[in-house]
Amino acid sequence: MTTRRRMPKRTWLTDSPVAAVVLPIIGLAAAIGLWWGATVAFSIQPYLLPSPWDVVVKFFEQPGYLLQETGTSLLETIEGFLLAIVIGVPIALVIVRSVILERLAYPLLLMVNSIPKVAIAPLLVIWMGFGQWPKVVMVLLMCFFPIVISTAQGMKSTPTELVELMRSLNASRAQEFFKLRLRYAMPQIFTGFKVAISLAVIGSVISEFVGATKGLGYVIQQSGASADTTLAFAAITLLSVMSIVLFYALVLLEHWLLPWAQEKR
Amino acid sequence: MIRLDGVGQVFDGREGQVTALEKIDLHVRGGEFVTLIGRSGCGKSTLLRLIAGLLPPTSGAVQVAGQPVTGPRRDVSFMFQRPALLPWRSVLSNVMLPVEIDKGQGDRGKAAYRDRARQLLELVGLQGFERRLPHELSGGMQQRVSLCRSLIRDPQVMLMDEPFSALDALTRTELSEELQRIKMELSTTIVFVTHSIEEAVLLADRVVVLTPRPGRMREVVDIDIPRPRSLGQNAHLTEVAAISGRLHALLAEKESGEPGVPGEVRPVDEVRP
Ligand SMILES: Nc1ncnc2c1ncn2[C@@H]1O[C@H](COP(=O)(O)OP(=O)(O)O)[C@@H](O)[C@H]1O
Ligand SMILES: [Mg+2]
Repeated sequence: MTTRRRMPKRTWLTDSPVAAVVLPIIGLAAAIGLWWGATVAFSIQPYLLPSPWDVVVKFFEQPGYLLQETGTSLLETIEGFLLAIVIGVPIALVIVRSVILERLAYPLLLMVNSIPKVAIAPLLVIWMGFGQWPKVVMVLLMCFFPIVISTAQGMKSTPTELVELMRSLNASRAQEFFKLRLRYAMPQIFTGFKVAISLAVIGSVISEFVGATKGLGYVIQQSGASADTTLAFAAITLLSVMSIVLFYALVLLEHWLLPWAQEKR
Repeated sequence: MIRLDGVGQVFDGREGQVTALEKIDLHVRGGEFVTLIGRSGCGKSTLLRLIAGLLPPTSGAVQVAGQPVTGPRRDVSFMFQRPALLPWRSVLSNVMLPVEIDKGQGDRGKAAYRDRARQLLELVGLQGFERRLPHELSGGMQQRVSLCRSLIRDPQVMLMDEPFSALDALTRTELSEELQRIKMELSTTIVFVTHSIEEAVLLADRVVVLTPRPGRMREVVDIDIPRPRSLGQNAHLTEVAAISGRLHALLAEKESGEPGVPGEVRPVDEVRP
C-alpha cells in the first residue's frame, strides 16, 4: 500500500464476460483482415502467400482427410501432455521436499530442456520405431520442464502464516500437504499447464516431420515437397486452431476448478 | 492455567545470537484476560508461540493446564495478525477447518460443530455469508471469520497476536467489544498481544509490559475497571486515563533516558558488537 501504482481503468471492456469472448475474436479477425488485405494489395502469388480464402477453399477440397490428420496430431498432443503431468507433477512434488534433491535434479532438468528437440526426433524414431510412441515422447519432453518448474515453484509459495496456522492446529504432514500446500500451488501449476500445452502442439509437429506417415506435421512436410503452400497453410491454420482450443479448454477448466484464484491478480 | 517459569528464548540469527526473551515468570489464571504490550521486536509474538507449543523455549518451562507444553494442544487456539484464511474455502468451511483437521478426536459430531460454526458467525454479524469466499469479504469481516475459527473447538486458552492491528479504528473497536462479550460468556483464558495502550486497557484484567532487547517483563499492571468496558462513553474515565498514562510512561521509559532500575546492569555477554 506504500507504493503508488496506477490502477488500470476498469470498464465494460475489462470486466464483462461477453467482452472476454468478443475481444479475442476481434483481434483475430483484424489479423486475418490484414493478411487478406496484403495478399490483395500486393497481388501476391498463392504459392508464396495464399489468401485466407484460398486456405479455406483448400480445406474444403479434402475436409475429411485434414480433420483425420488433425485428430492424429491432437491425440499425440493430449497423450504426451497428460503423460508429462503424470510424470512431471510427482517429480516436482518429490524435488521440493528436499533441498539436496532439488540441487541434484535442477541441472539435469535444465540440460534435458536445453537439448534442441528437433535434434533428437530422429533418435526417438530409431529407439521407438515409426508408431505413435516417439511422437508422444517428444510431446512429453516439450511439456515436462514448464510443468515441473511451475509445480515446484507453486509448492514453495505457501505463505508462512498459513503453514503456521496448520501447525497450530496440530495438522499432520499429510494434512498440511493436501489441505494446504498442494491446493495453494494449483494456480501456479495451471500456469505451467498453459505454457506446456502450446509447446505440446509444437512437439507433435516436430515429431511428425521425421519418420511419420500421419498427422499435420506430415502434411506440412509433404506440401513443402510438392510446393503446395496453400495446403501447408491449411494445416498450419488447423494447428493454430487446435492450440487455441486446447489453451482455452485449460482456462475454462481452471475457472471451474479454481474459482477462488481469479481474484488474486 | 498458563505458567511460565524462567522462560528464555535465544535465536541464532544471521549476525550471531539474539536474546528474544529472558527470565519470563508469568502465571495466568483460568478465565483471565492478560494483554502483553511492548514495542515491536520485544518478543511478544515469540512468547505467544512458546505458549502455543509452536516453538520450544531455550530455557525455562511452559505449562498449560498443569501440563508441560510439548506441542500445539487442541484446547489452545491461536489467532494471527492477519486473517490467515484458506482462499479456496468458503467462510463456513474455513471456520470448520480445526474440526476437520482434528477428525476422530472431536467430542461432538460434525453436524453439531457446523451448527456451532453458524452460531459463532451470527455472533460476529456474519450470518448469510457462510458460502462466500474470503476474497469477497473486507479485511474486518475476514478477521471475524478468523475469530470464529479460533473459537470453534471451545478452546480453554486463546492466544491472540495483534489480531486487530491491521483493521481500521472503527472495526477494531467493534471487534474489541465483541471479544469482551465472548470472553464474559465463555470464560476463556486469553493472552492478547497488542501495541495499543487503548486496546490493552479496554480488554485486560492485567497488562504485562515488556521491554525490548532482551525481552523482559517490565511490570504487570492490574486493571480493576468493571466490565463491560467501552471506549468513548465510559463511567471510569479518570481511572482509564491514569492507567493509560502509567502504561505510556512505562513504555517510553527507555527512550526518555531515565536511569534504569538499580541492579539492572546489563551483563557483558549481552552487549552485541
Ligand atoms: N525465527 C526467528 N529467528 C531469528 N530471530 C527471530 C525469530 N523470531 C523472532 N526473532 C527475533 O526475536 C525478536 C522478537 O521478535 P518477535 O517475538 O516477533 O517480536 P514482537 O512480536 O514483539 O514484535 C526480534 O528481534 C526478532 O528479530
Ligand atoms: Mg509480533
